[in-house]
Amino acid sequence: MSDPIGRREVLKRLGVAGALGALAPYGPRSAQAADKLVVGVIYVGPRDDYGYNQAQAQAAAAMKKLPGVSVVEQEKVPETTDVQKTMGSMIEQDGATLLFPTSYGYFDPHMLKMAEKYPKVRFAHCGGLWTDGKHPKNTGSYFGYIDECQYLNGIVAGHTSKSKKLGFIAAKPIPQVLRNINAFTLGARSVDSKITTLLVITGDWALPVKEAEAANSLVDQGVDVLTCHVDSPKVVVETAERRGISVCGYHANQSALAPKGYLTGAEWNWVTPYTIHIQDAIAGKPMVNFMRGGLKEGFVRASGYGKAVVEGARKNADTVKAQMLKGEYVIFKGPLRDNTGKTVIASGTAFKQTEPLLEQMNYLTEGVIGKV
Amino acid sequence: MASGPSGRLRQSAEALAIPVGALGAAMVVFGLVMAALGRSPLEVYELIYQGAFASAFSWQNTLTRAAPLILTALCVALPAQAGLMVIGGEGALVLGGLAAAVVGHLLGGAPPLGVKLAMALAGMLAGAVWIALAGALRQYRGVNETISSLLLGYIAIAVFNHLVEGPLRDPASLNKPSTTPIGDASMVGTLPGLDVHWGLGFGLVFCLVTYVLVKHTTYGFALRIVGGNARAARLAGLPVGAIVLGACVLGGAAAGLAGMVEVAAVHGSANASLIAGYGYAGILVAFIARQNPLAIVPVAVLVGGISASGGMLQRRLDLPDATVLVLQGIAFMLILASETVYGRLKIFRPERA
Repeated sequence: MSDPIGRREVLKRLGVAGALGALAPYGPRSAQAADKLVVGVIYVGPRDDYGYNQAQAQAAAAMKKLPGVSVVEQEKVPETTDVQKTMGSMIEQDGATLLFPTSYGYFDPHMLKMAEKYPKVRFAHCGGLWTDGKHPKNTGSYFGYIDECQYLNGIVAGHTSKSKKLGFIAAKPIPQVLRNINAFTLGARSVDSKITTLLVITGDWALPVKEAEAANSLVDQGVDVLTCHVDSPKVVVETAERRGISVCGYHANQSALAPKGYLTGAEWNWVTPYTIHIQDAIAGKPMVNFMRGGLKEGFVRASGYGKAVVEGARKNADTVKAQMLKGEYVIFKGPLRDNTGKTVIASGTAFKQTEPLLEQMNYLTEGVIGKV
Repeated sequence: MASGPSGRLRQSAEALAIPVGALGAAMVVFGLVMAALGRSPLEVYELIYQGAFASAFSWQNTLTRAAPLILTALCVALPAQAGLMVIGGEGALVLGGLAAAVVGHLLGGAPPLGVKLAMALAGMLAGAVWIALAGALRQYRGVNETISSLLLGYIAIAVFNHLVEGPLRDPASLNKPSTTPIGDASMVGTLPGLDVHWGLGFGLVFCLVTYVLVKHTTYGFALRIVGGNARAARLAGLPVGAIVLGACVLGGAAAGLAGMVEVAAVHGSANASLIAGYGYAGILVAFIARQNPLAIVPVAVLVGGISASGGMLQRRLDLPDATVLVLQGIAFMLILASETVYGRLKIFRPERA
């Protein structure tokens, strides 16, 4: 290995360490030892939201256990100059060299601006559409094909529903959300083509009062399985439980909130992309700029089945999941019509999960009652 | 009343010493809270200082956070001179931002300086109209301006969201609906030698100009008379309506300019990130500054500094984000409570001849 360190050098280092140690009680605790990779994670909401941010925080917590890695975290950082300064602070004050800005709105212009300013720091963004030639090489995006789990949610919901009416509470009609609504509905209609999904769009990522109102109104309209795509599904899951109907989770595992009605859920498993980025950074390998994965790659996972899941549902979902794990199952294939009757995927066309068109989805499939 | 140079000096000393003392007391109370949570108060103080004021980087962090608050605080402080409690600055800000984004896009390709000026004017105009609406409702229809400006703020945000996600949406903005970008050429840069955008410069100038306007012009004198007693002002023959609306227009223009800065210096287009609560944070700043346009600057810097150091506390001590709200809450409660002390401390009392 390397040549042995001389006695003088050892003494010098001990001396410095001793001096630092003596000073430590007076100065602030430094975030890191010099030889550790400092990773900064930034959340747009609270870390314990039972949802989007918690899923990221769970991965960050797992990263803290890796040798040679120290993690600094900051929550509730708005998508304004705040996040630029937060990134800057992590780099300048904590010595971070790998950042995970986890909210979609951090990408452009905030992260891109900081990446230009700090070309030696790596920026791994969740959900952004990183484009070769347009975005710097020290930035990248990771995301998961969670529509696979939404499809499985749909299958279980389809078997469970007696009223054949499912409810979906969504934040905004943007491609990522529409893809989940459609996958959920397609999964349910693969069980019974008479099933419809009633859609309510609240308008923003975290509106607990509106989400509760929407949940109650959907139950009043006869919906007996509910799911959602908002930052924190807590309110929706709790409302469903209180009203005695079934619910599928999203982002993280919410089974503790609905012990009776929780069927299954679509969860992120961000440990996978975090680990890849951290290992690459430690090894000094160039970063993977565009990283995507589904069940097969371990980017997403389904919550364990709840008590209310019937045997047939379990079997059906497990069969499809096994195919997805092999990378053989196609969710979006023609002929597929939207809910106005227009053909959106022609007969004979099958979109693999990596298809860029899927990340630009702007329609609701047949069976969804609602408007983009 | 204190009079003469020594009296005025005493007054200034009092106005400085009382809030600073309250701030010191707040730090002690916050230290006790931290100690109760098992954190060393000294370490917490050190981190707050490091995060907010210790280096050039932390100063710029603080000032960047303070910049929008200076302008939105003016949206409260200026109508307050006329006796109006306007708390709807958020609405003026988002509409100002939207107007700037639309104008910036429409004029794309024109000489950049002209585009920037037009954006600033459009932003200020939109904000001015919105707050003037609350002022007019109060002046001519007797509608409580506090409530109406708050509700107008909600309407503004709803209109903003509708336009950004609907008719004005750039089809290329997939997962984050935004208006069409104004383009790099039309962006407003940073202050020379600093990593702080021009919003800070605009805010400082706005504060200075309105301070002079309020304290040293006849309009300002009339404004303060209206604020003191509108009926007496009317009896004295002052055009109360115009004066009140003027104050609302100025305040709204400040918040609208803050929106323009968010678009032209930060985001490059109008989107939901503009609804960041700057308008509401400005209310706090204005009240702590006792509605004095000049005092807004240090108060905004203080709020910016607390917010900058909040990140440090989170990252180093694993404290939740709410910690900084606790500090802010304690500090502002004590500063507001300390107002009762004015005129009661012996050392600031003028000697009787």
